[in-house]
Amino acid sequence: MHELPMAKAINEGLRTAMVENNKVMVMGEDIAQLGGVFRVTEGLQEQFGPSRVVDTPLAESGIVGTAIGLAMRGYRPVCEIQFDGFIYPAFDQIVTQLAKQTARHEGTQTFPVVIRVPYGGHIGAVEHHQESPEAYFAHTAGLRVISPATPHDAFWMIQQAIASDDPVIFLEPKSRYWHKGPVDDAKPAPAMTEAAVVREGTDVTLVGHGAMVSMLLQAAEVAQGEGVSVEVVDLRSLSPIDYRTIEDSVTKTQRLVVAQEAPSHASVGSEIAATMTEKAFYLMEAPVLRVSGFNTPFPPARLESQYLPDVDRILDTVDRSMAF
Amino acid sequence: MPYTDSTIRLLNQDGTLVQGDGLDQYHQAIAHLTESDFREFYRVMNVVRRFDIEAGNLQRQGHMALWVPSIGQEAAQVGSAFASRPQDHIFPAYREHTVAYVRGLDLLDIIRMLRGVTNGGWDPQQTNNFHLYTLVLATQTLHATGYAMGIGYDGACSTGNPDKDEAVMVYFGDGASSEGDTNEALVFAQSYQTPQVFFLQNNHWAISVPVRVQSRTPLFERAAGFGLPSVQIDGNDALMSYAATRLSLDAARAGQGPQFIEALTYRIGAHTTSDDPTKYRDEDELAFWQAHDPIDRFRAFLEAQGVEGSFFDSVAEEAEDYAADIRRRTLAIEDPPLENIFRHVFTEDHSVMNDEWEWLKEYTQSLEEGQ
Repeated sequence: MHELPMAKAINEGLRTAMVENNKVMVMGEDIAQLGGVFRVTEGLQEQFGPSRVVDTPLAESGIVGTAIGLAMRGYRPVCEIQFDGFIYPAFDQIVTQLAKQTARHEGTQTFPVVIRVPYGGHIGAVEHHQESPEAYFAHTAGLRVISPATPHDAFWMIQQAIASDDPVIFLEPKSRYWHKGPVDDAKPAPAMTEAAVVREGTDVTLVGHGAMVSMLLQAAEVAQGEGVSVEVVDLRSLSPIDYRTIEDSVTKTQRLVVAQEAPSHASVGSEIAATMTEKAFYLMEAPVLRVSGFNTPFPPARLESQYLPDVDRILDTVDRSMAF
Repeated sequence: MPYTDSTIRLLNQDGTLVQGDGLDQYHQAIAHLTESDFREFYRVMNVVRRFDIEAGNLQRQGHMALWVPSIGQEAAQVGSAFASRPQDHIFPAYREHTVAYVRGLDLLDIIRMLRGVTNGGWDPQQTNNFHLYTLVLATQTLHATGYAMGIGYDGACSTGNPDKDEAVMVYFGDGASSEGDTNEALVFAQSYQTPQVFFLQNNHWAISVPVRVQSRTPLFERAAGFGLPSVQIDGNDALMSYAATRLSLDAARAGQGPQFIEALTYRIGAHTTSDDPTKYRDEDELAFWQAHDPIDRFRAFLEAQGVEGSFFDSVAEEAEDYAADIRRRTLAIEDPPLENIFRHVFTEDHSVMNDEWEWLKEYTQSLEEGQ
């Protein structure tokens, strides 16, 4: 057990996977000598050499497209897309090719490609550097979409993603890269497909993923002082979504609020709201409420603190839920 | 004029061999071919053309959603396919029926895909490394390049043994040459010096758009900007296609980096059975290319070699039999089971999809019980 920031925990997870399996390789822009713009791959090329830690030309479709070919050759490529807003040139290769290759090959070949994407706001950066594009990928069958909220989960989930024979979009909450937390390399995290109850409560369930989880925990703490007992569920997996854990929680609390940085329209949060309404309509005392980014482009950074859900907006939504 | 001053060929349309400056290496590259090989080239081109006609007919009769004819492109394909070695990996677009046949694919598998029975159709590990057709233009160029990168990382090329060193061939067209993926593939291939040949079949039309809209520069000249050696060949000359591909693949496998071939050919038919080329093409252009038919040219060559007339008759008969067999087997194809909707989408359980499959089973059962 040691304390690590999330960026370092992912680095350690990559290193462990690369030691265990020499078919694991990492590729992307600026990842080798520089160690990635967030230093997540720092030191890996030194340890594993230039054919397993590959600086690529600056072309995202090229990164994912060649990773597919490398997977056909038996490799397990881990691609880094430098920022959330830069993934779109690779969208075609991800959606029409990577996601569908296993089915197209009728299971005769697997495509164990991981695409790491630093995502989300709270870092005050310029346009295209703060987005939450998870819905595009969660909507696409054939992709697993996961996001860790803690260094411990990040260390284990990157290894689980690499070990999976399915393509995995691995969303790294970049605002959490430098927050330290305990990492126990002797105690594996739950399977990456499972959600986790990270705080128990009885009055209302808050669900979120990535950086939102720490925000939800803060809100829960404040709510406790106001006499509202909040249960917090860390989704961890956005595709598939572990509805059983959410349902168990809602059975207890009878109220559900879903929080996300992404805009609400056609979002993962909206999908959870719709599905839980179908599954648990008679259990609930209030409609499922969402707290999200607005349905606008991500604003200039000086406005992001008003755009992104914060503790107050979450608490306001909790209050609305409790008022039913 | 569809050919350019740079276009090289070994066979004239009248079947005579071209000699001349700079062609020595190509003549040497075909020197080991025997008359029996030449007969095989001819046989394959005829069988696949007859297959192609039959498949088009089957589509017209409602047995396929779509057919993609390759008539006119047989020479570019037969030569390049025979030039590849057994250990090579072939990444086709979707019109490479002759290449497929040479690599050992049962062509019914292509029909199964276009009939809508499967989105793939075959296992490349069982078809001598002939990979799946790719319907999204140019995406396969990057898959091929990634695969070739892997060959390099595995040390499976550049040892100097052409019977063991592996290489990759990727087929694409003049339309796909405009796609970003093709250009990114050329960048990656050159950057990592992949053992790979880019084989561009310029059939002059991307559905209804002529090649001059894709490029005002001859496409093989683009390769120089990426740093790849390139050549423009007469794609209706099977011997030239063989020679250029053999040299390029062997250079690539020997560690000389990626190579580029532009084969000038022509799509005699429609893009697919969904379009009508008389709406956008000139009759004179079609007539020019019909007069440069690749199979006629090769027959003239064989006749000049003294191949007896009964050979051509027996090939025609075999082609008829093959087409009849394809028809019989196409009509016997069964629809896939319902569960195929959900199979192989993921390799491990996916709870959301599992629930849907359970629901669909119950739902269909309830309909059956209700009847």
